[in-house]
Amino acid sequence: MDVFIQQVINALTLGGLYALIALGYTMVYGVIQLINFAHGEFFAAGGYIGVLLLGVMGGMGYMETHPWLCLSISLVLTMAYCAFLAMGVERIAYKPLRKQTRLAALISALGMSIFLSNGMMLARGPLDQPYPLQYSSGGFEFGLITINNLQIVIWVLTAVLLVGLNILVFKTRIGMAMRATAQDKVMSSLVAISANKIIALTFAIGAGLAAAAGIMVGLYYGSVRYDMGFVPGIKAFAAAVLGGIGNITGAMIGGFIIGTVEVFGAAYISGEYKDVFAFIILIAVLYFKPTGIMGENIDDTRV
Amino acid sequence: MAASPILEINNVHASYGNIKALKGISLKVMEGEIVSIIGANGAGKSTALMCICGIVPVSEGDVRYQGASILQTAAEKLPIMGLCQVPEGRRIFPRLSVKENLILGAFYRRDNDEIDNDIERVFSYFPVLKERFDQHGGTLSGGEQQMLAIGRALMSRPKLLLLDEPSLGLAPMIVQRIFEIIEEVNKKDGVTVLLVEQNANLALQSSVRGYVLETGSVTMEDDAELLLNNQEIRKAYLGE
Ligand SMILES: Nc1ncnc2c1ncn2[C@@H]1O[C@H](COP(=O)(O)OP(=O)(O)OP(=O)(O)O)[C@@H](O)[C@H]1O
Ligand SMILES: [Mg+2]
Repeated sequence: MDVFIQQVINALTLGGLYALIALGYTMVYGVIQLINFAHGEFFAAGGYIGVLLLGVMGGMGYMETHPWLCLSISLVLTMAYCAFLAMGVERIAYKPLRKQTRLAALISALGMSIFLSNGMMLARGPLDQPYPLQYSSGGFEFGLITINNLQIVIWVLTAVLLVGLNILVFKTRIGMAMRATAQDKVMSSLVAISANKIIALTFAIGAGLAAAAGIMVGLYYGSVRYDMGFVPGIKAFAAAVLGGIGNITGAMIGGFIIGTVEVFGAAYISGEYKDVFAFIILIAVLYFKPTGIMGENIDDTRV
Repeated sequence: MAASPILEINNVHASYGNIKALKGISLKVMEGEIVSIIGANGAGKSTALMCICGIVPVSEGDVRYQGASILQTAAEKLPIMGLCQVPEGRRIFPRLSVKENLILGAFYRRDNDEIDNDIERVFSYFPVLKERFDQHGGTLSGGEQQMLAIGRALMSRPKLLLLDEPSLGLAPMIVQRIFEIIEEVNKKDGVTVLLVEQNANLALQSSVRGYVLETGSVTMEDDAELLLNNQEIRKAYLGE
């Protein structure tokens, strides 16, 4: 039973991270019907920039005195950096191809993915970049179950970001404009909405969320690597497809399902196959219900 | 009527790939007028409206709004200048509520109190929209969607309103009501209207002037009354 509860805790943590990444895939798809294969790289870049900033602040001696403040500042700056990075990528690699076939943009996305991950390798070398370990100390123990401070921080931050995104998309004017652009670009320009701005914003938000996940993964697992975007990227993509690509609530639910299946699969079936479960789900969804669990008929929360 | 043209289209050409949809049309709308464009299916009426709104590119010629060329103006800037279209097929945002559709009509505006007032005014024109306020636009009937589309356009406080077949697929009662509202908006708020219609009779009755479009060219233009009494027009467009 203790093991089970421990796994639930792990599943929630991992699922939240997948959910954050999956949102970027689903929002971009919702607005321009592009599967942004470079999205995993925003997640990796987040992990990279985060560790860089923490290192700089550590060098100045602030990590000892104000560790949580350092983390907050790094988080905000990293999210902003990756948001701008994503807008740049959109501008350079996707916008010029918007009137071309979807395949052209898809190939451009693959190219961008390779370009970005190699860029990170050239910048910092191919080795793991270690994260400071101080945040995971301390926490709660109930018998054999432990919840450390870091997990709580990850939950709270994930929850804040997920709720914040929902408010933005479903309760604000700009979110309304985003959904309108996803539904009919010609009509939205006839009501004075700039599709270019909305598309840029969509990339920025998706990348910001992924970047936050990148930092949290770095903290949680202790290090980041230039190629860390690939596998979680595909799993988060699986989560987005599982939820019904283009559907925001679906991506969140999908993220938690993939996280749960992975954690429990690893614990009770085989740890060596932990990366396989997400793909089994992806294949099963594509085979049995390509529109995903929230697709088509329950369509309220499509972008 | 009023003195200066709010809209001038000079020798406009437009094509889709190698299909020439407009072969040099010219027309003019004076401030305060209701003008209609009539013509058969495929004549290029919708294309003309989309060219005015910067959606379909103009390959030759000029579109002038309030005295200045708007060919270089981004489509999304035009509603801010008071140029607004209710496009063919209504194009309600299907997964936004009626409320959200109306609010988006006023997307560029920041005067929230006035926006609320304008929503009330749209309700006074179309009370049924009030009952459907929180319903998704896509779940409305065709007639309700047309009302919502017109209401959404009014939310932008247009100076020039382009309407593409507002009567399409609607019951006669509702068509009557929609034309009453168009005339009311024109008289009370001074909104200039350019109307595209298959229902030539009704359109010309509301209009001061009319243009006849045939396969991408303007073949006739005259006072609406004269067009209504023109034998050729009666044969071709009024089913006589
Ligand atoms: N998106 C498009 N791609 C290719 N051809 C188009 C497109 N839209 C319109 N056309 C062509 O351009 C011509 C003019 O079309 P348009 O829609 O402007 O006609 P219309 O007068 O509005 O007709 P209707 O009364 O049926 O609405 C037609 O021959 C049509 O086939
Ligand atoms: Mg038409």
